[in-house]
Amino acid sequence: MIWQFDIIILIFLVIAAIISLRLKDLLGASMVFGIYSFLICLLWAEMGAVDVAFTEAAVGAGVSTVIMIATVFSTKRRSKD
Amino acid sequence: MDPIVATFIEENIVPNFNYWIYVILMMIGLYAMITKNNLIKKLIGMAIFQTAIILFYVSVGVKDTAGIPIISHHGSEHHQMAGLSSEAGSTKEIHNKIDKDKYANPLPHVLMLTAIVVGVSTLGLALAISQKIYKSFGTLEEDEILNELRPGGHD
Amino acid sequence: MKIFGLIAVLVVGALLLSATSDFPDWRDKDSPANKSPVSSFYIEKTEKLTKVPNMVTAVLADYRGYDTMFETVVIFIAGIGIIAVLRNFDGPYSSSIRRENNDEGSGLLARITCSLILPFIQIFALYVVAHGHHSPGGGFQGGVMLGASYILLALAFGLSKAKGYFSERRTMIFAAVGIFIYAGWGVLCLLFGKEFLNYSVLDSLLPGDVEMARSHSMLIVEIGVAFTVTAIMFSMYSNLSTRGRLNKGL
Repeated sequence: MIWQFDIIILIFLVIAAIISLRLKDLLGASMVFGIYSFLICLLWAEMGAVDVAFTEAAVGAGVSTVIMIATVFSTKRRSKD
Repeated sequence: MDPIVATFIEENIVPNFNYWIYVILMMIGLYAMITKNNLIKKLIGMAIFQTAIILFYVSVGVKDTAGIPIISHHGSEHHQMAGLSSEAGSTKEIHNKIDKDKYANPLPHVLMLTAIVVGVSTLGLALAISQKIYKSFGTLEEDEILNELRPGGHD
Repeated sequence: MKIFGLIAVLVVGALLLSATSDFPDWRDKDSPANKSPVSSFYIEKTEKLTKVPNMVTAVLADYRGYDTMFETVVIFIAGIGIIAVLRNFDGPYSSSIRRENNDEGSGLLARITCSLILPFIQIFALYVVAHGHHSPGGGFQGGVMLGASYILLALAFGLSKAKGYFSERRTMIFAAVGIFIYAGWGVLCLLFGKEFLNYSVLDSLLPGDVEMARSHSMLIVEIGVAFTVTAIMFSMYSNLSTRGRLNKGL
């Protein structure tokens, strides 16, 4: 409903997506992916989709980030590109 | 600036600015899935692609003056658990006056709830497969795995 | 190789961007999606027919109950699939629980904070499941929060303590019981004479009239969904962090 808020969050989303794919440290990439999920949850809460925002906060910024970090700890932490 | 370019920007980009950002997000995810070498980066690209599509769908159901899709009756105690029939007559009038423009469209929200949960299931299974690949090959980089798989490698 | 990827992405991006000029204006209340008769029916008639103010929960559990049932099955299959991919079935031990568990979890600060906050998280998760008819929430959100509370327990106190509460056998029984509740409730509707998952025939079984029968049935199936989601979230974490062996946590 507030278009300034929308535009700022959308620009942060694009920045977070690009950073998450450029980091060579996979643990940092997983954390920035958690930031991306949280920003999308904020955007949906502002749009009025509260159930979707609740689910994304619990699933995306919660469980999804944790299992990605668990996998990174079991395998290599550094990537070549 | 050239007035033709200015009107082009004014008419095509400014009202649809958010759709352009959604398409840019989708293309970032698709590019990562195609070109990145590391398997975990490919999975992050897949997750970015999925959430961008879900974002596009949910934004279709937004209305300008609408609030959340939960009907609230300020102060009226209509949800008695035993279903008293004396209440039913007075509350039917409140029910008949639901203004469609005051509530967001609930249908995209429902479909996208399913999509989010299916997305996390896919991500969990893909991470399990990548752990198994790491145990088999010792590396998570796509070009090294392909080198091992080609004739000349040990697999 | 990267050039081909870039060209493909640019071509698809240009096609999609040229299609955005045909979209309706954002936040338009007269766009075809918002004016469709299905959405209008859901907004106007849900409260009258099911007495549930939260339209999203009503559509999810009643009008589109088939989709939700199969979504729960998808989560269950993902949990089983992770076990099938990661578990080593032909070792000397066929059950992986008998290995020794020697992890202590995190430090003192994490343990104290977790033991203070964990009961409130679990009570709030149960509240979200039960109150999904009137506030944002429902089966999935509450189930994921409950599963995440057990993951927090595993992170702070070590995986062996969390496994004491939620051993693998109990996890799988919970997951199967959840789907059994959902599908079984639909079969119960079949036994009363009407179609699968048509809750309005159950008003002879449940207290209240036809609308309250639908509201109560929605609560029952949401509880089934919450069981499955809780169990599978914890099972996914415990299998992925220990590579299928369940001996030592993160």
